[in-house]
Amino acid sequence: MKKPPRSDLLYFALRNWKLRVGLTVVVLLVVFAIVGPSFAPYDPWAYAARPAVQPPSAKHWLGTTRFGQDVFSQWAHGLRPAFLVGVLAGTLATVIGTAVGFAAGYRGGRLDDVLNTFTNIVIVIPTVAILLIIAAYLRVRSFLFQAVFIGLTAWPWAARAVRAQTLSLRVREFVDLARMSGRSSPKVILGEIAPNMLSYLVMVFILQFGGAILAAATMDFLGLGPSQHISLGMMLQYALLWGALHFGMWWWFIPPGLTIALLVGALYITNVGLDEVFNPRLREK
Amino acid sequence: MLELEQVTKTYRLGAFGRKSLRAVDGATFGVARGEVVALIGESGSGKTTIGKLVLRLLSATGGRILFADKDIASYHGRALKDYYRRVQGVFQDPFSSFNPVFKADRVFGVVRREYFPSVAGGEWQSKLLDVLKRVGLNPSEVLGKYVHQLSGGQLQRLLVARALLLDIELLVADEVISMLDASTRVDVLNALASLKEDRRLSILFITHDLSLAYYISDQAVILYRGAIVERGRIEKVYGNPLHPYTQVLMASVPRLDAKWESSSVELKCELVEPTVGCVFFSRCLFPRRDAECRTRRPGLQEVEPGHFVACWRQGSRTSGVAHPSGEKQQGRGSSFGSG
Amino acid sequence: MALTVDSLRVYYQTLRGEVRALDGATFSLADGEIMGLAGESGCGKSTLGRSLVLLKPPMAYRGGGVRLDGEDLPIADREKMAPLRLAKISIIPQYAMNALNPTCKIGRLVEDLLEARGVRARTVVPELKRRLDLVELPPDVLRMYPIELSGGMKQRMVIVLSTLLNPSLLVADEVTSALDVCTQRAVGKMLVQFRDRGFVRSMIVISHDLSVLYQITDSTLVMYAGKLAEKAPTEVLVRSPTHPYTEMLISSLPEAGGRYPERKLGGIPGSPPPLLDPPAGCRFAPRCPITVDRCAEEPPFVEIAAGHWVACWKAERDHA
Repeated sequence: MKKPPRSDLLYFALRNWKLRVGLTVVVLLVVFAIVGPSFAPYDPWAYAARPAVQPPSAKHWLGTTRFGQDVFSQWAHGLRPAFLVGVLAGTLATVIGTAVGFAAGYRGGRLDDVLNTFTNIVIVIPTVAILLIIAAYLRVRSFLFQAVFIGLTAWPWAARAVRAQTLSLRVREFVDLARMSGRSSPKVILGEIAPNMLSYLVMVFILQFGGAILAAATMDFLGLGPSQHISLGMMLQYALLWGALHFGMWWWFIPPGLTIALLVGALYITNVGLDEVFNPRLREK
Repeated sequence: MLELEQVTKTYRLGAFGRKSLRAVDGATFGVARGEVVALIGESGSGKTTIGKLVLRLLSATGGRILFADKDIASYHGRALKDYYRRVQGVFQDPFSSFNPVFKADRVFGVVRREYFPSVAGGEWQSKLLDVLKRVGLNPSEVLGKYVHQLSGGQLQRLLVARALLLDIELLVADEVISMLDASTRVDVLNALASLKEDRRLSILFITHDLSLAYYISDQAVILYRGAIVERGRIEKVYGNPLHPYTQVLMASVPRLDAKWESSSVELKCELVEPTVGCVFFSRCLFPRRDAECRTRRPGLQEVEPGHFVACWRQGSRTSGVAHPSGEKQQGRGSSFGSG
Repeated sequence: MALTVDSLRVYYQTLRGEVRALDGATFSLADGEIMGLAGESGCGKSTLGRSLVLLKPPMAYRGGGVRLDGEDLPIADREKMAPLRLAKISIIPQYAMNALNPTCKIGRLVEDLLEARGVRARTVVPELKRRLDLVELPPDVLRMYPIELSGGMKQRMVIVLSTLLNPSLLVADEVTSALDVCTQRAVGKMLVQFRDRGFVRSMIVISHDLSVLYQITDSTLVMYAGKLAEKAPTEVLVRSPTHPYTEMLISSLPEAGGRYPERKLGGIPGSPPPLLDPPAGCRFAPRCPITVDRCAEEPPFVEIAAGHWVACWKAERDHA
């Protein structure tokens, strides 16, 4: 199958609505994450309002929490960690996953067997249980910890996917040609196989990014996340703990929940759009 | 120069590798300096596997492959890289042989980086232009282009040029013309043939096209299901095919000067597993085939100087060779040899 | 005449414009005639074959008419063509044997195809078995999965399938290309046999291999760059070609017993013109060794002898 020239790809990329919509949402949220905190009128932790519980108004755009904290300020500040952790954990998982996948797929044989077993073990480990144990020991948990933990447990999926692609590319004749040119295995992988999988690797990263955001939000929601900075998951946790549902304080839990869903959803739609752009067979006529 | 001795390649199939597939079974033949040997067989005969074994892209499970009297199985790293300085290959699908994300002439850059790192730019350019002309390509038409901008014939010749950069002694050409149009095939073939004449390049010409094989080859090796059934000087093999499989092949080649004979040189339907006996047993129509054919594998015997056949029924030449249609004839010839 | 094609034009739609893959084909096929369609890749032969059966995007109908058995064949209208496919006009596409659904038993495939044409599978079974026997396929092949069959067997199965309803016209697109010589011969003979027994009335066999076409066809049509170059009874075409392209094509095929360098073969230098915006005049002119000034004007496809058509000014003049 011949690769389409660059201009073709760009043409289809611009025409693909999924890509346009997904990317727009993500970019908007990124921009907001960067500039948002400067717009937040209040300190997210400050107990500012009297009386404590208030629905959205001109003074508090998204109302206040049970303790009189401004929900909008919390939301604006809480968006940043989502991206930070997503990028860090996503990158880590992608790097480990692709390294393992390339090695297993290209070399095959015993190395493949060993790496496969290792991958399977990591998949099977119950991450929540480990997290609970670690959380019990660490009094203060940082973002770095959260990102590294997610990265170290999310890579198996990427490894499997990259291995499968590598296996199919490895038997192509241009790889044989590179071997016959005296190129060593790492050079063949990085110089011949990886460039052919670039689109695939981008999609793997996007999915890891989205997955990491979800995982981080889940951890925060369970109270296992970083304790010092406000995050969307943490907002959800507090909202639930302090009866927001019970009291009908929809402005407290809907914004963070909706944002997470929107962000991850937009990332996945972007991914589907990218797939259609790169794979001519999926394009709608 | 190149010698294969009882080379075997077995693949394990099925869960836990219970079943095995013999892709190549005891292949023995050689390629001398400046000689073109045609390795002929249909798909599944093992010819591509042999090509890959010679190119060390696969490892043999049995037997030895000797190049310049040294066993290539022991080559690794540096030694393997040196091996590729003397032996190179060109494959069937020109579009698949190039990495689609890069320009076509990147393959030359790779060779330069790996083998000629200290050669100056000007000298490299002249070397490049020289090999391109050798294969009949116009440098301005092929350099700096992407793969999809070039034709199959141009790409194949680029690959031959790449091999020539290394000053090789043996070229493994695996079905290099089967995906090309008739008019470009000839150009590639002529280029290969002239290399044989001028540089004494040895070529292992793997193909299923009998007529084109005859055009440039000196020796022919006929493969069936991984085993060599007949080999020898190409005029002798084509002019006097002795093995029943070779006879069917010669009769089935479509030609422009003769129609397919209406004789029943058909082959029976093939649904059987490989056996311990002769590989061709289940489809053989020789009237005198018997239990020996079924149970014992015949080895290659020299029935006339430079002509080897693996068939029990080739014993005595005086009584004549049995014609597949049942009549006895003295050495059934074909018009290939009368040319 | 079984098939009449008149100035048929079918273009391919791409991002950069329309590729004039088939640019004005006019010829006819008699009842019971097997016509070979020869040419190199990109000449339009596959486009011609496929457009007669299923004209779908990116192919686009751009003009001309087709008549089969005296009636118009509405190739541009897919819905109107649907009931005719398999019943009146059938095709064995390139790589057909790879197109058998690997998860379906062959018998099931046959049933599905027939039901889609409104034919009760039961009524056809005895005839199906007779034909399987004819091509030396065991009857329990219907109970097998495609993966259990060899390449030659699959090809034979596809041929039986495509001709089951006795179509008037069968288009065989490169059916022998992926096969070894022995199976190629068996399949070639099978096609002729089917015509002889009346399972198929007329056939168009598309192949780039002139030698195979020589063995099985009655007449041959040579195409070049979307245009028709020469059509003649096969024996005449091979023995005395008149179009320079045909001549050069034949001389690039090895003769029996010919070896380098004593009987060196000549290729055809250059390459076909791009069909996105083809140059005016004869499309073969840039590569032709015998061009004259008149070649700047496109030569018409004319009949220079009985059943012998050619599009070349010189040939026309020589035979006037």
